[in-house]
Amino acid sequence: MIINSVVRRIEYYLMRHVDGALLGVVLALMLVGLLVMASASNANAARITAQFANMLIALGVLWAFANIPPHYLMRLAFPLYVLGMLLLVGVALFGEVVNGARRWLDLGVTRVQPSELMKIAVPLALAWYFDRHEATLRLSNYAIGALMLLIPVALIARQPDLGTSVLIVASGFFVLFLAGLSWRVILGLAVAGAAAAPFAWSALHDYQRQRILTLFDPAQDPLGSGYHTIQSTIAVGSGGWFGKGWMNGSQTHLDFIPERTTDFIFAVYAEEFGLLGNLVLLALFLLVIGRGILITANAPTMFTRLLAGAITLTFFTYTFVNMGMVSGILPVVGVPLPLVSYGGSSLVSICIGFGILMSIHSHKKLVQT
Amino acid sequence: MSLDLSINPGVELRNAQLELQQFRSRLAIAAAFVLIMFLLLACRFFYLQVVKHGELYTLAEANRISIVPVLPNRGIIVDRNGVALAHNYSAYTLEVQPARVDNLDSLIDELATLVEITPRDRRRFKRLLEESKSIGSLPIRTRLSDEEIARFAANRFRFPGVEINARLFRQYPQGELFSHVVGHIGRINKDDQAALEQEGVDANYRGTDYIGKTGLEHNYERYLHGTTGVEEVEVDSGGRPVRTLSRTSPVSGNNLVLNLDARLQEVAYQAFGERRGALVAIDPATGGVLAFVSKPGFDPNHFVDGIDPQNWDELNNSPDLPMVNRALAGTYPPGSTFKPFMALAALTYGRRTPQQAISDPGHFNFGGHVFRDDKVGGHGMVDMYKSIVVSCDTYYYVLANDLGIDAIARFMGTLGFGSRSGIDIAGESAGILPSQEWKLKRFKQKWFAGETISVGIGQGYNAYTPLQLAQAIATIANSGVTYRPHIVNYIEDIRTRDRAMVEPHPLRTLDLKPEHLAVIRQALVGVNKEGTGAHAFAGAEYVSAGKTGTAQVIGIKQGDKYVESRVQERHRDHALFIAYAPADAPKIALAVVVENSGFGARHAAPVARKVLDYYLLGKLPVPQKKSKDDDN
Repeated sequence: MIINSVVRRIEYYLMRHVDGALLGVVLALMLVGLLVMASASNANAARITAQFANMLIALGVLWAFANIPPHYLMRLAFPLYVLGMLLLVGVALFGEVVNGARRWLDLGVTRVQPSELMKIAVPLALAWYFDRHEATLRLSNYAIGALMLLIPVALIARQPDLGTSVLIVASGFFVLFLAGLSWRVILGLAVAGAAAAPFAWSALHDYQRQRILTLFDPAQDPLGSGYHTIQSTIAVGSGGWFGKGWMNGSQTHLDFIPERTTDFIFAVYAEEFGLLGNLVLLALFLLVIGRGILITANAPTMFTRLLAGAITLTFFTYTFVNMGMVSGILPVVGVPLPLVSYGGSSLVSICIGFGILMSIHSHKKLVQT
Repeated sequence: MSLDLSINPGVELRNAQLELQQFRSRLAIAAAFVLIMFLLLACRFFYLQVVKHGELYTLAEANRISIVPVLPNRGIIVDRNGVALAHNYSAYTLEVQPARVDNLDSLIDELATLVEITPRDRRRFKRLLEESKSIGSLPIRTRLSDEEIARFAANRFRFPGVEINARLFRQYPQGELFSHVVGHIGRINKDDQAALEQEGVDANYRGTDYIGKTGLEHNYERYLHGTTGVEEVEVDSGGRPVRTLSRTSPVSGNNLVLNLDARLQEVAYQAFGERRGALVAIDPATGGVLAFVSKPGFDPNHFVDGIDPQNWDELNNSPDLPMVNRALAGTYPPGSTFKPFMALAALTYGRRTPQQAISDPGHFNFGGHVFRDDKVGGHGMVDMYKSIVVSCDTYYYVLANDLGIDAIARFMGTLGFGSRSGIDIAGESAGILPSQEWKLKRFKQKWFAGETISVGIGQGYNAYTPLQLAQAIATIANSGVTYRPHIVNYIEDIRTRDRAMVEPHPLRTLDLKPEHLAVIRQALVGVNKEGTGAHAFAGAEYVSAGKTGTAQVIGIKQGDKYVESRVQERHRDHALFIAYAPADAPKIALAVVVENSGFGARHAAPVARKVLDYYLLGKLPVPQKKSKDDDN
């Protein structure tokens, strides 16, 4: 009896701020991730256990963030943003070049990639800013918000890191959009964006342009930048309705799919589980997003609403950009498939987001009762 | 701030509710956007995985499966006793795929630190690179040692596009002895490739790097090559084979079993000593070629992997012309070896009887021109037998004049002079059988009667290959029945042991009277018994028939006498000899040409003697001691 009640108490404290529905889908996706990882890595036990360990850590972080009340985060928002900006400037001035891109900053103790921090710091700061000016929102506020977004994005794009800057722009734009940015401005921005496209084009790095070009015609460079797209679409398409079966993808196991445990893991999945598997995966992602949108809709404050919305829609952007890239409708940018691709930092940052979502949801309940 | 909302009612609250509504509508729009984008993805998946599935599946299979040709073993070539003249051995080669390498020179420099790469290897590789038919891999080094293989294997990762392969290599263990008969294979070049495509057999040569270039290797290519097998192999993205899915085994090429006798060939080759020349020995009853010598030869092994330019130049520019197949394509005036055929023509056309004799003054005058006999003062009374035995020129000056050039040409043509014998190696020369028609065609000039005179003693425009001479004497030996000379006895299927015989039927039978043939054959026996061949055949344990000949290389001015020691080596006369033995039931007939050596009796007949001694008696020649006869 006593044991039972102890267990129940532990369960209560463990699960008090954890959203069961969201956690269930997240765990299901992680399971899919491990399964695909087994195939993609040729049943490499080290890789699988490492990813499993990443997941445990990420779940721990998720739990921790679920237990942090949103108003602590709100207090942290601006300082975090300032810290991120300082680090970004630091990267621009003293950063290390790895693989031709200046993304890392050596702090002596450890190396950090400040752009990762900005993925969460930018929406956090924007949500904080709009919350502060909630009652008196004017166009100038949106302009300032836009600046808060575009300065770090410009720094990241310069590193160059197209994938991350696209994701941050998306997350920031979602905040502005949800905060009520007028349609006229959005329309105006779209027109201006189209007009500025040629200038943006000339500002891109050669390899970035190449990636966009090969999207339209992968065959023009089948051994170079088109190779990824060609092989991954072959993998997806050859899967057919039901796929070739787990561990049976020839594109996967004969090494034709590049980056197959990381950015291109979806190609492995699609080859082995087919259209049916893809629809199941889309459904799982939709469940996550749906739950996120529900939490967003019921969030009690401007800050939590904007933050939850940004987290949810950014998660969507991840999934869409990754699957779009693998199936050949988006250029190749380094965006992992959330919860499935190999990599600890991506898992942790995604789970921080889910932790915050759960925190927003559960702390609202606490406030209400 | 948000907490304040619930406490203060009024405008602020309404405002907040309006705001919440506005936010929720924005959120709904975002949710709709998410759904639309996911629908878009689903459509894309449907398009790829259902609509385009067939096409992309095929592409994935094409990625996965590589069709790899499996090379057949090339048939081997052996002599009549099973001695290998061309066979295969397996060895490891270091091969480079030029297409995968940026800087070949620096790559080779780096490879040279691991395995020995000689300047010759480099030159050879360059040449291969220029001539190669495909973008496949080319050998930079062959016959790697175990140690070299181990050293390279340890450093393999540094050399993408370089690999070690086990390959079958062609080897010619007899070296230059058979270079002009067996020939050699070489790497398939662009011309070979075009020829294969035109024949429509290029599919069978997928993966094959070598093809017969000369000699039997060339002529019997389609039997020797075999049928290429196919292996379906699953490969990874690096092209490395992972496993075999299916396999059709190759069918090995057929073996060639020759009529040639390797020991006989060697005896003949050695008999030339340092001299250049040619010898063709034929079994008169079948046309099977027993020995086929062209000296000097060359080492065909150099050609297998592409000869390096330096060795090539040496061979090509040598004054000894080792690349010329003298027995097949060298044409020589037959000299006095022509006389027995002239005599047979006279008998056949009824222009002479055997007994009819002339008185030889030592010269023949025709149209103000003096044709000299070899013997000053002449041979006295000369009938047909004596004309052959002592090789009387005057007899044949007169005879040629009586027969006329066209009758000579007609008769000699039936013996095979002036046309290709059709032997089973390519590159044969037809020689020159002079006639009025020939001269008109060749020089746009009419024939002068005076030109017929020297044709009678095998000079003038006459020029025949040693092969033609051998074929003609074999026809005499075989009583007028001619076989096409053939080097290959039979082609053997190594699986079924089936034998396909080559040339089992006679080519033609001449309309000759046996009594006429008997006269000639008797005289030829006389040559070796009491005539110009007697010295060379002294003490032979068999009865042989022969005829000496000496062919002028340069014209001697009228009235001058040819003095051997005064003439430059390369302008000296060619020594010739034709023979067959045993005289009553010939087993071998041959023709010998020893270039620039002088009298046929002294220099060509001893070669024939050694060959006949070995073939008929199994007697190996005793090591030559310098005889006092050998005086030039």
